[in-house]
Formats: sequence, C-alpha cells, structure tokens
Amino acid sequence: MLGYLVRRILIMIPTLIAISIVIFVIINLPPGNYFTTYIAELQSQGEHANLAKIAFLEKEYGFNKPLWEQYLYWAGGLLHGNMGFSFLYDEPVSRVVGDRLMMTFLVSFTTILFTYFVAFPIGVYSATHQYSLSDYALTFLGFLGLATPSFLFALVLVYLAHVWFGISIGGLMDPRYLDKPWSWGKALSVFAHIWIPVIVIGTAGTAAMIRRLRANLLDELQKQYVVTARAKGLPPLKLLFKYPLRLALNPFISDIGSLLPHVISGAVVVSVVMSLPTTGPMLLDALRSQDMYLAGSFLMFMAFLTVVGVFLSDLALAALDPRIRFHTTAG
Amino acid sequence: MSELDLTAGPAAPEKAREAAGLAPALPHYVSREPFDPYAVDRMTPAQERFYRASPRLLMWWRFRRHKVAVASGFLLLVFYVAIVFCEFLAPYALDSRHTDFIYAPPQSVHIFYDGRLVRPYVEGFDYHLDMTDLRRVYIADPKKPEPIRFLCRGDPYSWWGVAAGDIHLLCPSRGGTLFLLGTDRLGRDMLSRIIYGARISLTVGLIGVAVSFTLGILVGGIAGYYGGWTDLLIQRGIEVVQSFPHLPLWMALAAILPVTWSPVLVYFGITIILGMIEWTHLARAVRGKLLSLREEDFCTAAVLMGARPARIIGRHLLPSFMSHLIASATLTIPSMILGETALSFLGLGLRPPITSWGVLLSEAQNISVVALYPWLMLPVIPVILTVLAFNFLGDGLRDAADPYH
Repeated sequence: MLGYLVRRILIMIPTLIAISIVIFVIINLPPGNYFTTYIAELQSQGEHANLAKIAFLEKEYGFNKPLWEQYLYWAGGLLHGNMGFSFLYDEPVSRVVGDRLMMTFLVSFTTILFTYFVAFPIGVYSATHQYSLSDYALTFLGFLGLATPSFLFALVLVYLAHVWFGISIGGLMDPRYLDKPWSWGKALSVFAHIWIPVIVIGTAGTAAMIRRLRANLLDELQKQYVVTARAKGLPPLKLLFKYPLRLALNPFISDIGSLLPHVISGAVVVSVVMSLPTTGPMLLDALRSQDMYLAGSFLMFMAFLTVVGVFLSDLALAALDPRIRFHTTAG
Repeated sequence: MSELDLTAGPAAPEKAREAAGLAPALPHYVSREPFDPYAVDRMTPAQERFYRASPRLLMWWRFRRHKVAVASGFLLLVFYVAIVFCEFLAPYALDSRHTDFIYAPPQSVHIFYDGRLVRPYVEGFDYHLDMTDLRRVYIADPKKPEPIRFLCRGDPYSWWGVAAGDIHLLCPSRGGTLFLLGTDRLGRDMLSRIIYGARISLTVGLIGVAVSFTLGILVGGIAGYYGGWTDLLIQRGIEVVQSFPHLPLWMALAAILPVTWSPVLVYFGITIILGMIEWTHLARAVRGKLLSLREEDFCTAAVLMGARPARIIGRHLLPSFMSHLIASATLTIPSMILGETALSFLGLGLRPPITSWGVLLSEAQNISVVALYPWLMLPVIPVILTVLAFNFLGDGLRDAADPYH
C-alpha cells in the first residue's frame, strides 16, 4: 500500500507540471497582454493611461522577458502559494479570489455528495427492476437531465424557487448576510440557496452515474454465484448487499475522476447564470480582459482540484479493493 | 445410385491384381456433382439467410431491433435534411424585423372558426402599451382570423447564396402575421431563427467530431501500435488533457480567437476547439483495441509480409473496430452541441451575425425573460431533442457494433 501511495504521488508531480505548462501556453496565446488591451480601451475612450505605472508593472512582472522565464516566475510563485497579481482588480490574486475558492470547493463537494445520494438508490432500483415501467421512466428522466443545458435549467429553477419559496434571486446567501461574519443565520441562508446550483450541476453527472451503476449491477446480477445464492434461499436484500452491490461499487468510486471535471465545468456556467460568489464569473471576466495571472491561477486551481480528486479516489479504491492494491504493488 | 460411375477407374492394374491372386479392387468413385460443403447439415432458407449474412447486414438487423434508436436516427435525418432547406422552411427571413410586434407571444393555430372546420388560421393581435407595468400587451382577437398560406411568396432569400427565391412553405396571410413561436426583442420570428440556427448548431458537432475522430485515431493508433515508451508518454498526455475541466478550457481557448475574425472563421475555430478536447476518449478506445488486436495472427502475418505500420493500422487493424469507433463518436456529438450552446450563451462562442441555438438562448439570460417572455427559451427544445436523439442513436449503434456478441 505504501509503495502504491508513493508511486501514485510521484506520477502526480509531472502531471501537474505538464498541466501548468499547458495553462501557461493557453493564457499567453492571445495576441498582446492585459496592458495592450487596457491601453487600447482607454485610448478609444479618449483618456490617457498611467503609462509610468504600466511600464513599472510590465517590468515588475517581466512581460518583456522571454516566455520561459515568465513561466518559471509564475509556477515558482504558485509553489509558494503566491498566485500572482490581478491587473483587473489591482490586487494580489489570492486576495481577489479569497472566499471564492472556498465557495467553489463547497459547491463542488456538496454536488458530488448529492450525486452519490441520488444516483445510488436509483441505480440499484432500476437494475433490480430492469425493464419495468419505473426503470424506463427513471432512465428517461436521467437522459433528460443529461440533455438539458444546465444554464437554462438553473434559470428556471431560480425563478421557481423565488416564486414558490421566496428565495432571493442569485447569489449563495441572502443579500443581508453579505460582508457579515459567519453566523448560524448566514450558514442557514447558504444552505437555503445552495440546493439550486447543486441540483442543476449534479443532474448531468447523476444521470451518467445511474446508467453506469445500473449496467455494472446488471452484469453482476447475471452471474452464476447470484443464481446459486438465490437457489440456496438467501433473502434477496441480503444477497444484493452482500455480494453484487459491492462488486458493482468500484466504478462508483473511481468515477470521481470523470465526475469532478464535469462538476467544475457545470459549476462555471451555472455560477455565471446565478451570479454565485464562486470562481466561474470571475474566470469569465479574467479571460475576457486577458488578466492572465487571475485566469491562469483559476484554471490551475480547477485542474489541481481534479488531479487531487482522482488521486483520492484511487486511494479509496485501493483501500477498498484488494485486487487493485496487490496488482499494482506486485506489478 | 445413378451417380455412381462404375466404369470409372483404370483397367490395366486390375489384370495385375488378378495375376497376383488378389480380390478385385473396389471401383474408383468420383462424383460428378459440384462440391457442396453444406450438404451434411442442410439449413432452411431462413437459417441460411441468418448464418451467412454479412457483418454489415447483421449490424443493421441488430440496430433495427432498438426501436428508440431507429426513431432517433429518423428524427436526426429529418433535422439534417431540413438544414439544407432552411430558407424554404422558415416563414420569414433570418433578420426580417417586425417593429410593431416586439416580444409578441406565440400565436396558436386554429382550425375551427365559428364552429365550422376551416383552413388553418391564427388570430390577429390587438396591441396596447400597459403604462403601469411599462410592457407591451398583445391579445389574440378571435374576431380577426388570419389564414395561413402555403407555398407562397414571402421574404426574398438566396438559397445557400446560389439560387435566389421567395417561395416559403408557410406564410402569414396578407397584411397579417405568423409568429408560431413568438418574436424576440427586435421583433424577429423565433421559429424562423430556430430553423436557421439548426444549420449552425447541428453542423458544429459534426465538424468537431471529425476533428476529434482524426486526432483520436492518429494518437491512439500510434500509442496502441508502438506501445512501450511512446504509449506511456501519450497516456500521460491524455491524462493531462482529461484532468482539465472541459468548459473552463473551452472558454480559455475560445478567448484566444481574435475578435477581428470573420464569423465564419470563428465558427470553424469553435468547432476545432470543441474537437480538440473530446478526442481523448476515442484515443483511449483505439489504443485499447489496438493493444489486443496487434497480437492477432493476421497482424503478425502482415508484419512478416513487410507491410509498414501505417498500412497495418489503416488496412488491417482499424476496420476491425471501426463500427465501435463510429458508435462512440456518435456519443460525443451531443456533448459538443451542448458545449457550443454553453459557450455561445456565455458570449465566448459564436457571435450574433451567426445564429445558433446557443446564440438564441443567450437572449434568455436573465430572470425577467423567464417571467415575462418564456418563449425566448424555446430554442432549448430542439437542443434537448437533438442531444437525446444522438444519445439514443449512439446507444443503438453501440449495441449493433458487435453483432456476434
């Protein structure tokens, strides 16, 4: 197990380095940089930019240096927890993002929990009731969730929540709690608001998860040991939970790897629509105005979240399934 | 036993055998009938049709059993044929504005007037400004029937920029209106815009899938065929790409496209971006299949005969699992269509002179639309239908791809 852990961590390092290089290349691909865009914008409005400050910043952040040096500066800063400087907000990135990373994490985490709690019973139900009317209905519902663009779903849900439950539109909490310290009331308000984005973001992932669990469980249920156990007279529920379900659970855990990118992607669009205080809307702004450190650090954070998520799911899988543990340490 | 030819067989050795005191040899038997290897166990014509069917035919039979997939395939076919004739099918031109009918609600079609069956008509609008809510109010007037005309002259158009024409399938009555799905903030007919939008939205997925298909086969083929270090490197690379959340990456790439590009260039740029992320699943599938297939005898034989890798992959290995690839490619189209919709909605994808379903939906960005003009959200229905249809079609194709299973 320890050898597996070490190897797995060693693999993660080059992956993260490669990701950071890709991100750096992408945010540097647009012609010009934040300042050229900014100066052009100011000039089009007939104003003069503070050229001295800009020249200072350009020098300070090494915009005139070769790309690889800029990359080393940025990546080196990330290692120290320094995410660079946001030109758009005129503040260090870490201060700009602050709570937002936390909120992104909260929303993503809750969404994954939601996905599990919904997908698990439904998946088991439709596998054990294959080809029944309810199986068809649930499958269709799942497909529908997969096919609906999340932003529109979010919009409609927000509207309905407002009309039916009187929940304030947009944001993750009631406006009166903004800029207030954390309290019970604030936490409750967050919980009242978080369910809409969680449902919206979770829907697509849940549908995929249900289908996979159903397919896996069906494969297991057709095996001979199930028939034998049934012939022996084992109670159906005990039989289900004791063997086939455990075997079908593997993909459930390893799926975090594919679930996380979906959740984070979904969160971006949904948070733009619902103006959530997460990273989504800010990423959009940063990309539009070429605020490269802000955009780059956000992208890096999201990719990092995914990589760590996959790592954790691999660990859980290895702990749960001796076959994986022994196979990888031996081979 | 008439087919036994007893005279056949050499005569000369017979005498030698007699001289040696041996019994005469059995007559040599040759059947003149053409050889029939299936003579032993005859099959009924029905069985024969089944067991000797070509793989392609088997796939078709198997596919046909999946009724939902067939229906989905048919629906998609209708959609794709429709995008060829957008100009004819849409009641209005893409940009014809009706400034007297801004945010007009959908008009429903009636066929009974005064209790009698008449040709289909819509009810004309009575319009006034509600000065307290500051909004336009349209009331359908049952006393003002406006019969729909068929195959008639309407807004002039130029079909694919090739042939000029002005014949439409449906037109409003003279002086009347025909807004079956309402109008938007500039008084443009939603139905016409949705029909035109199909042209962009439905092709985005196809071009994107072509890009990812090429990339997937190329990269997966190289990884699976060579194995070893190449494989390891490519595998890691794929993991890097897959650990990016798709949408933020799409957003970042879409932000690279220069604002100065013409709409057509932006369109191709977006499709290529969509295709550049989705190829990893295909590459993985190709690699897995190749790794197992290259151990097969026919592959070794081809290597021994001096075939080069490109030929072995392209001629011998790829065809054995092409059907699988097509099925999984079909399943990636819906995510591209949804991706384009989301990008355009965020304003990073296609931009207004081009009309796609995502661009149309970006008009429905705020809560007031949901409350006041819900018909602006209608473009979501073709999006859902298309995505569902592609999913079901892909499911059916995947089941059919392995007919011997």
